[in-house]
Amino acid sequence: MKRRLLLLLPLVGFLLLALFFYRGLALDPSHRDSALMARDFPAFDLATLEEPERRVDTSLLEGEVTLVNVWGEWCPACKQEMPQLLSLAEQGIRMVGINYRDTREKGLQFLDEFGNPFEVNIFDPEGDLGFELGVYGAPETFLVDRDGVIRYHHTGYISPADVRDTILPEVEKWQ
Amino acid sequence: MAMIRPFLGLATALAMALMLLGNSSVAMAAGIEIREFDDPVMEQRYRDLTGSMRCPLCENQAIDDSDAPISADMRQRVYVLLQDGRADIEIVDHMVQRFGEYILYNPRLENRTYLLWGTPIALTLAGLLLVVLMVRSRRNAAARALSPEERARLNDLINRKRPK
Repeated sequence: MKRRLLLLLPLVGFLLLALFFYRGLALDPSHRDSALMARDFPAFDLATLEEPERRVDTSLLEGEVTLVNVWGEWCPACKQEMPQLLSLAEQGIRMVGINYRDTREKGLQFLDEFGNPFEVNIFDPEGDLGFELGVYGAPETFLVDRDGVIRYHHTGYISPADVRDTILPEVEKWQ
Repeated sequence: MAMIRPFLGLATALAMALMLLGNSSVAMAAGIEIREFDDPVMEQRYRDLTGSMRCPLCENQAIDDSDAPISADMRQRVYVLLQDGRADIEIVDHMVQRFGEYILYNPRLENRTYLLWGTPIALTLAGLLLVVLMVRSRRNAAARALSPEERARLNDLINRKRPK
């Protein structure tokens, strides 16, 4: 009888594997943590979108919890998440934009049309800062604490539910 | 002559189809730039590196096969770092620091991945062990002589009279 039960072993193995793979089906491969989590915001020295002569560096992100949003005029989801970003700014959260792989003209036009929740926009036409941040598409949003350390990373569109369920609690946590 | 005409038409159509096919493959390759290398070793390293990194955006393409802007940026960075004389391991580290372990088609051997790399080896060894055990038990069974009680019972069974 004991030997008979042993014959069921392959079936049990198969069922375990099937369960494991079934769980995998529900995972979203685009939801993964940024490699920069808990690391310093990468060093940069770039002009601002608004004033070509004004240069900003990492000191911009020190002293206050900041949401850094990577956007571009060419990115449809960036337009859709603007109302959420505007409401975050209205709630007193400091926002800094990175105008990613864009032209000055189009970037400024975008802000005119969809509103500007950002204290300042870093102009990154070649995507150099984006590369250092591991940005692979826009929009992407980073939460930087008062010491300039990256604490949270959101890839893709921010929905009103995301604001309520993740962004605001994260901001509160590091405030 | 009348017989040949249709064939000519067919040949022309085939030639045109081939040209169209050729054009479309050119159009598809247009997203990926061509890089010239003086050193064939460097070229091979470039190919190996860009072939072994996953595009973070497209998820199922290597960066040497993807026309996503981020893949072009990553190829450019690999190229620049190669020209800069960096070692392969440094270049891979450089990318992983920015885009995460996710981009490696071959995950590194570390605490998190022992199970991943170890399972195939463990299963192969378990299979070999199973085969050895089965062969051995079968050989033992064949070699074992019957005990006097077993022989008596066997004889009884063989000589048993059929019920009428």
